Amino acid sequence: MSRVGVFVCHCGENIGGTVDCAAVAAAAARLPGVVEAVDYKYMCSDPGQNLLKEAVKAKRLDGVVVAACSPRMHEPTFRRATEEAGLNPYQCEMANLREHCSWVHLKADSTTAKAVDLVRLQVEKVKRNKPLHPIRVPVTRRALVLGGGIAGIQAALDIANAGHEVILVEKSPSIGGHMSQLSETFPTLDCSQCILTPRMVEVARHPKVTLYTWSELERLEGFVGNFKATIRKKARKIDESICNGCGVCQQKCPVKKIPDEFNEGLSFRKAIYVPFPQAVPNKPVVDVANCTYYKTGKCKACEKYCDQKAIRLDQQDELVVHEVGAVVLATGFRTMPLERFPEYGYGVFPDVIDGLKFERLASASGPTGGAMKRPSDGRTPQTVVFIACAGSRDAQKGVPYCSKICCMYTAKHAMLYRHKVHGGRAVVFYMDVRAAGKSYDEFVRRAVEEDGVEYVRGRVSRVYQEDGKLVVKGADTLLGGEPVEIRADMVVLATAVQAHADAEPLAQKLHVSYDPYRFFAEAHPKLRPVETNTAGIFLAGACQAPRDIPESVAQASGAAVKVCGLFSQPELCREPVIAVVDRQPPPVFSHCTGCFLCQSACPYQAIEQEEIRSRKGELLKTVARVNPGLCQGCGTCVATCRTKAIDLQGYTNEQVFAEVMSL
Amino acid sequence: MSATAPAAGPAAASRFEPRIVAFVCNWCTYAGADLTGTSRIRYQPNVRVIRLPCTGRIDFMLVMTALANGADGVIVSGCHPNDCHYTSGNFHARRRWMVFRDLLDFAGVDVRRVVFSWVSAAEGAKWAELVDKVTDEVRALGPYREIHDLSGTGVG
Repeated sequence: MSRVGVFVCHCGENIGGTVDCAAVAAAAARLPGVVEAVDYKYMCSDPGQNLLKEAVKAKRLDGVVVAACSPRMHEPTFRRATEEAGLNPYQCEMANLREHCSWVHLKADSTTAKAVDLVRLQVEKVKRNKPLHPIRVPVTRRALVLGGGIAGIQAALDIANAGHEVILVEKSPSIGGHMSQLSETFPTLDCSQCILTPRMVEVARHPKVTLYTWSELERLEGFVGNFKATIRKKARKIDESICNGCGVCQQKCPVKKIPDEFNEGLSFRKAIYVPFPQAVPNKPVVDVANCTYYKTGKCKACEKYCDQKAIRLDQQDELVVHEVGAVVLATGFRTMPLERFPEYGYGVFPDVIDGLKFERLASASGPTGGAMKRPSDGRTPQTVVFIACAGSRDAQKGVPYCSKICCMYTAKHAMLYRHKVHGGRAVVFYMDVRAAGKSYDEFVRRAVEEDGVEYVRGRVSRVYQEDGKLVVKGADTLLGGEPVEIRADMVVLATAVQAHADAEPLAQKLHVSYDPYRFFAEAHPKLRPVETNTAGIFLAGACQAPRDIPESVAQASGAAVKVCGLFSQPELCREPVIAVVDRQPPPVFSHCTGCFLCQSACPYQAIEQEEIRSRKGELLKTVARVNPGLCQGCGTCVATCRTKAIDLQGYTNEQVFAEVMSL
Repeated sequence: MSATAPAAGPAAASRFEPRIVAFVCNWCTYAGADLTGTSRIRYQPNVRVIRLPCTGRIDFMLVMTALANGADGVIVSGCHPNDCHYTSGNFHARRRWMVFRDLLDFAGVDVRRVVFSWVSAAEGAKWAELVDKVTDEVRALGPYREIHDLSGTGVG
């Protein structure tokens, strides 16, 4: 006969407010096998845990059910308490009375009745629990960082400086990310490249960092501490070990009119190119789609003029495999394509540009050398309108969330414009100015008070061209919605921050969750902001949500500490939730009949064939065996097995059927 | 909040309250249902959740056992296709479900009582909608007795 203890938590008013906890405890006390049932204000508090421990000892309990919050919150707490009381920690189960009951239902008898049912489920389960022992696995002390923007660079540096090897993978030809495109940064107006490029060089030169640019993650196998990453090194068409970055190939390449991605299409590049002068590594890459050689079979100008003989036009993609213990995702963001906002005329009028184009116009390394010249005719715009929330906070046509960085960069843009064109007029249309951050509001005030930027609170309804001017029509909602019309020379749209188009397939490759906007999901919105729900995979920067540079850097360091914490353990403990195939005494040996349906169902190739032989070496039976190192415990094999020979520890057939039967 | 949430008044006392059993995976739907709670989105209290690591773990005998043991409706919910924490468990579940659904239909079980869905860890509101929808539909269908008529032996 089982001796189960049930501990019902009020969680203050969180559960106690809608569920009659005393009644739940009283009902639990009448369940067969329950020898102790109490309710307490806060089970997770020290006195609450002591209550549990003392009851385990005093009543010689062999199973514990804590009816409290979600097991995703406090299961480790109560398992530890159970273990400290002398029981196997896996003899403890939790009934989720808070997230699944008290928080979602009104105070009613039906809510308390549901709570009793949830407790009964777990009592029936725990009576059938078996002691389990965590599986110990080694940890590979090498990290994979995906994305070479500021977040990825920071994470890689922090991990490498702690003494661990880092594999840094960047899909474009150079590291640096969006930050390398920016002119100045808020709220200090220091030059973006001046603060970024030392970090780029540092990470590339770090003896612990292996850098793969122009590379992408092909697949990731394994589990925390023991991942195997396959990286596709896309063919650069040059031998990086020989190339000295002299740039002659770039000069000699005859294909000239390819829009330059780094300058957001404001200038042109060649078919063999280094994306920007400070690129790391400073090695060119051949744009196969535009190169004459790949179209006609002729040219090879780059090959002819290369002194180092480093051009390899027949080079193929290469797959490299690294074993890593942890992964940091720092894949960043993109800005929203604005084709779906025809009222702003983006893509129709060349002088309607987005924020990144403005950054390139304002940048000293940009196509205009930092001179404020508008794209259509190169003239200096005398009136510039900045439209904030172009796509953000617009549930109908854009995204419902706030992109967070636009208020600040719009203020920065308007300021930079006024610094460069002293007599010019800068007008910002905004919904709200959200400048919460250290020195942020002061920065916006400075734009208004010192630099004379005009702020108009209202949306823009239309931008159209008339007599060589862009007419911006909007309303000033602070003046009761009075119509405003401004004849501008250039319009800058603060476009919404979005997840990358390939964020979803990447998340699926790594088995991490993502939100409806394809941003990667953190394990807990408040308490585990840099972890994913997949152990060993961490998040940094704008791949998780819109972030500015200081936040991305802080988060990257946070993720790096999590990785280092993982690597500081001599070995990792894994949950013993794995499948096992039963073994019986001869002549049965196992109920497994050797059909191996489980083998084809297993996503991890964890099922092996074991031959059972007599002492003379005759083959008696071939049965399935689960490799505990590979099994991740999904249980798909269990549902497939026709003889019920395979079972999942922690969720055995006996346990789960007992749960169902108890209802 | 659902307009049909049971009221505590005497008028509701006679209304049929179906028993719904939900088999959910730990990584998506269980977490999604947690988010429903964290977001304080109300739904009807008729559902009892059974947590499994993956929908691939769901032996459809569990569904039959639930129906035979007094459940009036069953929800099976896991990660969206391609989002499975275990790569492909949800595909196995879906494949099995396609066959099982036909079998149920053939055997004379009203397949409207067994609902297969995907709810991700970020879809707290969807979980509440799903539970309310299934509860209302099963309430309209009435108590499930046919399985006992089928077996002719009462429970089981």
